[in-house]
Amino acid sequence: MSVDLSQFIPSFLEESFEGLELMESSLLNLEQGDDETINSIFRAAHSIKGGAGTFGFEHVTEFTHLVETLLDEMRDGRREITQNDVELLLKSVDCMRLLIEAIRDEQECDRTEIDETAKLLTIALNQTASVDVDNNETGSGTTNQQVTQNTLWDITFIPEHHLVQTGNDPLLLFNALADLGPITVEANCKDLPPITDIDPTELYISWHLTLDSAASEEDIREVFEWVEDECQLIISQPVKDQQDSQQPEEIVIDKQGGDFTSVSSASDSSEQVLASAVADNASSTLESTTTTKSQKQPSKTKADVGSIRVGVDKVDSLINLVGELVITQSMLSELGNDFDLSKIERLTSGLEQLLQNTKELQESVMRIRMLPISFAFNRFPRLVHDLSNKMNKEIELVLKGEQTELDKTVMEQIGDPLTHLVRNAVDHGIETAEQRLASGKPAKGVITLDAYHQGGSIVIEISDDGSGINRQAVFDKAVEKGVVDKNTVLNDNQVFDLIFEPGFSTAKEISDISGRGVGMDVVKKNIQSLGGRIQVESEPGKGSTFKVNLPLTLAILDGQLVRVGSETYIIPLITIVESLQAKPEHINRVSGDMLLYRLREDNVPIIPVCKLFNIDAEHQRVEDALLVVVESDGQKVGLMVDDLLAQQQVVIKSLQDNYQQVEGISGATILGDGSVAMILDIPGMITMAMNNASQSQQKYGDIAKNLEGVMS
Amino acid sequence: MTKILVVDDSNSIRDMVSFTLKSAGYETVEAKDGAEGLSTARSNSFDLVISDVNMPNMDGITLCGELRKLDDFKFTPILMLTTESSGDMKLKGKAAGATGWLVKPFNPEKLLATIKRVIR
Repeated sequence: MSVDLSQFIPSFLEESFEGLELMESSLLNLEQGDDETINSIFRAAHSIKGGAGTFGFEHVTEFTHLVETLLDEMRDGRREITQNDVELLLKSVDCMRLLIEAIRDEQECDRTEIDETAKLLTIALNQTASVDVDNNETGSGTTNQQVTQNTLWDITFIPEHHLVQTGNDPLLLFNALADLGPITVEANCKDLPPITDIDPTELYISWHLTLDSAASEEDIREVFEWVEDECQLIISQPVKDQQDSQQPEEIVIDKQGGDFTSVSSASDSSEQVLASAVADNASSTLESTTTTKSQKQPSKTKADVGSIRVGVDKVDSLINLVGELVITQSMLSELGNDFDLSKIERLTSGLEQLLQNTKELQESVMRIRMLPISFAFNRFPRLVHDLSNKMNKEIELVLKGEQTELDKTVMEQIGDPLTHLVRNAVDHGIETAEQRLASGKPAKGVITLDAYHQGGSIVIEISDDGSGINRQAVFDKAVEKGVVDKNTVLNDNQVFDLIFEPGFSTAKEISDISGRGVGMDVVKKNIQSLGGRIQVESEPGKGSTFKVNLPLTLAILDGQLVRVGSETYIIPLITIVESLQAKPEHINRVSGDMLLYRLREDNVPIIPVCKLFNIDAEHQRVEDALLVVVESDGQKVGLMVDDLLAQQQVVIKSLQDNYQQVEGISGATILGDGSVAMILDIPGMITMAMNNASQSQQKYGDIAKNLEGVMS
Repeated sequence: MTKILVVDDSNSIRDMVSFTLKSAGYETVEAKDGAEGLSTARSNSFDLVISDVNMPNMDGITLCGELRKLDDFKFTPILMLTTESSGDMKLKGKAAGATGWLVKPFNPEKLLATIKRVIR
């Protein structure tokens, strides 16, 4: 019979990746004599090996076996935990990951690094004298030695008295033996003490069996495998030829009746004979199980099936809420059966309850998508470890707020930008130990990753206690690259923001670690595409902090509904600075079509939404319309709209999925009345407006210059 | 119905053992480590316990010793599921009262065949 286990491969893979992560993080924290940590690393490796063996992933089994052996030596204290070994183990973890990824992707992986690491492992193992590489753990398979002729085996089985106390039952052993062929069983009760002296938990009987079977001695011994230390077992072959299994003349007790413990206590007469036998009986039950086997199906084992693990409490609260929703619904529908005005109060309260239910339900569902940010942070200890080794810097990584939850989609997309920022902190932020000591700081630099909630968004801070950003160097570089004019006066923040400009890198030489084409501008762009923003603070000599602000989720947005002509648009609330009625004296017309609105110290370009989307608006003149001042990327613009409507949460529907990407629109939503409203893409709109303007003008920079002229 | 307690810290191994046993018509209860296994065992009776050796919280050997102290588990077969097929580990298991051992990599057919030596 065969049991198809391939359905468990995905969960094995998932578990293995988790195990590898655990191994990695534990290895990074491993200290001499830390038994629990080394044990947990060993267990992880052990589980991976076990699982891989079951599924026949030999590459993984073989490799992991080496790792396991090394860990075992550490665990038993036979081997000192050296930095070299830890590095080797970290490398091995990488190799195991490669191997397991190859299984997931159903591909062959590059073996060079793996073979090399395996070699290193073997060498490391051979250094310690007591290495026993027992590779024959792979499936102690039944020997397929086909003996054509049946043999009549003679077996004497004299168990020790305490045999049953380890849960073994001779009767069952004989049943198992009966699967090999017809047997006869003779019990020898001569050691049975008088009934008054019998200890019911002891076994006083020994047996003599004959087995007519093609099985080898090995097969027979295997049946007694678990009791061989607790009995005398003599197996011999007295008769070679196929002899009829002679039924002993003694009383034969059918096996159903032969409950062992009851028999042993009941047998007071010393010469009573117990026996059980008959092979056919047992094999019939075996066959019945074969038919229950499921069909083997071609299994697609892509690991990232997009599943998330959800805590039971979250699901429970969801079920709870759905229950309440159902109650509210039934209340409302009952109310609607014969509705009259007297019931209007109950209707209102019912609707209120419905609102509350829906809101809570929505929150609970969102919580399911939320994962602790440790999922994104986990990769950094290793990264910092490797990088600091490579760069010869001493760095400690501190993780804070790892339990802060973040939407899964956001999490997946924030990984790379964060990696870049951390690399940056190691590469450019933290100085070498000598430099640090020279400036009176401890040799060991500290990089801190912190995450916390702030309002409706999550803030991730990457800070280092390094040298800080060299303001002058940044400025000079920006001038050199033509990003700013050398006479421009900028405050600190404006200078630091320059590092996010395309093609900007202040590292004196391009190192292997950061500055490989992917610059901070890409980081910023990625974060912005998630609807977030990034800021940097820095103090010379003290270090820098990068602050990433991200929306908690990409699925729902707080929006301000506005009306332009007959259309309703949604402006993300987070982008809105203020809304106002334009005062004519503050409106300035600069060259071309561009209008500027004087908002205290700022001059804000006005974008007429109607013109941008080519629709009819009620108010064509700025003076009549309302201005919604929005900010993106430090740039403020005033959107000209006809009316402000409600503020509400809207569920974002992708336009790209349902239609196609539209410039200036980030998505759509369905309003309460069933109509579709577009969600404005503020950065996109600003770019559009700037491009439109630059068709008559040259560049926005010129507008700004003109503006300065107007201002002065 | 024959009821089996499966103790293993690895989800997938536990699932597979359980699945294999269920497909053969046994009833299974799972526990993720020795401590959970012991508390489950205290409030239930089982016809067989299959346990991993290396587990957090409480390892399989300790679990086995603890189970043997319970009246209900004095004669219950306890099988250790392990890759450590060295004699050392077997002796330790035996000393703690284990009935036998199953060697990983775990093979479903073998599992079903061998547990018949200890349960009916």
